[in-house]
Amino acid sequence: MTEQVRHDTRLDRFVDNYSDRTQGMRVSAVRALFAVANRPEIVSLAGGMPNIADLPLAGIADSMAEMIRTRGTQVMQYGSGQGEPGFREQILSVMALEGITAHPDDVVVTAGSQQGLDLVTRIFCNPGDVILAESPSYVGALGTFLSYQTEVVHVTSDDNGINPEALRETIANVQAQGKKIKFLYTIPNYNNPSGVTQPLARRQEVVEICHTAGVLVVEDNPYGLLSLDAEPIPAMRSLNDEVIYLGSFSKTFAPGFRVGWVLAPHAVREKLVLAQESATLCPPVFSQFAIGNYLTNHDWLGQVHIFRDMYRERRDAMLTTLSEVMPAGTSWTRPAGGFFVWVTLPEGLDSQAMLPRGVNARVAFVPGSAFYADGQGARNVRLSFCFPPADRIQLGVKRFADVVRRELEVMSTFGVHTSPIEPRMPSGPAPDLS
Amino acid sequence: MTVIVIAGGLSHERDVSLRSGRRVAQALRDAGHTVVETDVDADLVELIRGTEGAVVVPMLHGGLGEDGALREVLEVLGVPFVGPTGEASRLTFDKSIATSVVRAAGLAATQQIALPHDIFRELGAPALMEAIGQQLGYPLMVKPSRSGSALGVTKVDDAAALPGALVAAYAYGPVAVIEEYLHGTEVAVTVLDEGEGPVALPPVEIRPESGVYDYESRYTAGATRFVTPAELSDGELNAAQDLAVAVHQALGLRHLSRVDMIVTAEGPVFFEGNVAPGMTETSLAPLAFEAAGRELGDVFSVLISGVRAE
Repeated sequence: MTEQVRHDTRLDRFVDNYSDRTQGMRVSAVRALFAVANRPEIVSLAGGMPNIADLPLAGIADSMAEMIRTRGTQVMQYGSGQGEPGFREQILSVMALEGITAHPDDVVVTAGSQQGLDLVTRIFCNPGDVILAESPSYVGALGTFLSYQTEVVHVTSDDNGINPEALRETIANVQAQGKKIKFLYTIPNYNNPSGVTQPLARRQEVVEICHTAGVLVVEDNPYGLLSLDAEPIPAMRSLNDEVIYLGSFSKTFAPGFRVGWVLAPHAVREKLVLAQESATLCPPVFSQFAIGNYLTNHDWLGQVHIFRDMYRERRDAMLTTLSEVMPAGTSWTRPAGGFFVWVTLPEGLDSQAMLPRGVNARVAFVPGSAFYADGQGARNVRLSFCFPPADRIQLGVKRFADVVRRELEVMSTFGVHTSPIEPRMPSGPAPDLS
Repeated sequence: MTVIVIAGGLSHERDVSLRSGRRVAQALRDAGHTVVETDVDADLVELIRGTEGAVVVPMLHGGLGEDGALREVLEVLGVPFVGPTGEASRLTFDKSIATSVVRAAGLAATQQIALPHDIFRELGAPALMEAIGQQLGYPLMVKPSRSGSALGVTKVDDAAALPGALVAAYAYGPVAVIEEYLHGTEVAVTVLDEGEGPVALPPVEIRPESGVYDYESRYTAGATRFVTPAELSDGELNAAQDLAVAVHQALGLRHLSRVDMIVTAEGPVFFEGNVAPGMTETSLAPLAFEAAGRELGDVFSVLISGVRAE
């Protein structure tokens, strides 16, 4: 071989410059498998995209055009770091539907509630701090918490949400280790991924336990108005003014505007505004005016009822089909709202290992391990009923049942039992996955 | 002439394929070609038939993109395409068949056993797994016989981990390959035939930071060190390149392939061939092109000219 210059590369010349907090941000084989899910051949029960096809698009287009014609230079200009004052007043009327009374000065508008979660974590958490979360919890929140190098401790949950006794024990255990708990993160309405709802009495108990222990509560409520069987339960924030509340228009209107909000006590709100200004200068001004326009000029609550009817039909299709086709030993939650059903597979199955079989069978789902920071969830699967129509949901669930049956056959051959997965940055589907 | 770059598909490697396809398409545009990018769907045949002077560049990884099916369709349609034929792809994509063909040609290939799930069920998994462990020893490797990008691949250190590794492999397909673990330097050798016979490009040595060249290590920039040419003696480099060309020929490959091997103390040993090598930002073949003083667009331009003339 002739003398040749040897080239040694890691294909990223900045690889040694990244912060410690990005070390867990790696390509994921699980996430790559979701790449097929948007193909029409696949029935995707994986993504959490709301179905916005029923929106009155023509009417919205007309009012947006009018808004641009009459106030274009205002709605396309920089705005307040806290969010537009008039829009914050409108947000109060939305929160009032779930029993919250507040002052518009305590609302901070954010680029989706996901950014609200990021800001809250940023202002409260140092590396090594503990955040308590339901068991299981939203994958996007876990990703945010871990990116700030916090430690997520899951609190045992049951059919009514966070178990109060477990919460007391967990707080005591963590504090006995000398660790600082910065907050409890909870989705009390139709939890993502479990679909479970905390009844009012449970909310009161959880808030009281945290208040007594000096633990802040962060209530994330993207699905609250999407109750499918009854009227919404009062929010935790309505029970205690110190609860930090995250709201969103992504499910009640449309996610593309990226508008959410944080309602927080005055002192916290001031820090959130400063953090917001350093992050984005101001939340999306055009989007705030667009949503404000929609709330003013359209029957937005009537539209929420249309969404509810549509999601109810889809949920019922999923629950009925699950009861018809799933093999013995499988159980699942029966959500009273939201987008998701949480399936527990028969003993021994590993949903993450099963995902490639699902792709082969043309059905996509999210393995349960995505919703834990500590390697639990191997036996669980999140199925979403929000995007595919009822007939596709029925087909997808039937395919899913076949996948489970086949996997059971293979597992029984080898006598393998699930074991906790190595804790790592949870990996869920991309936000644009249907 | 219009170049049709096909990428995507429904395989487990769709994401990688889309990235490879986009990169090749852009490189060809930069080289002055008219390029159409397309997925595999019901409109594909019509697109190919309706495109005058079409040349296809299949950048599909896994599934029908590499198992020969799509390439046989292209042959039926009579459209020129870059890369190995359908028949050669079929032989190469299945790891158990490729290894047998390579060994039958008198070349060094990894020792392996390929078994469908059903045989474990019928013969009893515990006894069969014990026999396999005794035959190959630990550690060993378990892989789906027809998959890429290290998906479903597990290094098994002891007998207790074998069942789980087999379950993971069978999730990708009905046949799993269990093969000896080779100690040595992992290298990938890209073979290029621009009309004057196959030539091996400088071998790329793979050094994953985690110690395992799995999916994360393959596609996370910064997670793996690549040394080109590999830090081997001239004799070992020559032997690796010779083996790559010999494998390329034994499997009946043409135009472009990548041959993966472990350079052991006894010499290089083949373990996998690729008929559609990845062309992503973190893939191996583009590193080999670069080391050979070539650019992606240039290589594919030459290959396209060649297939048009065939």
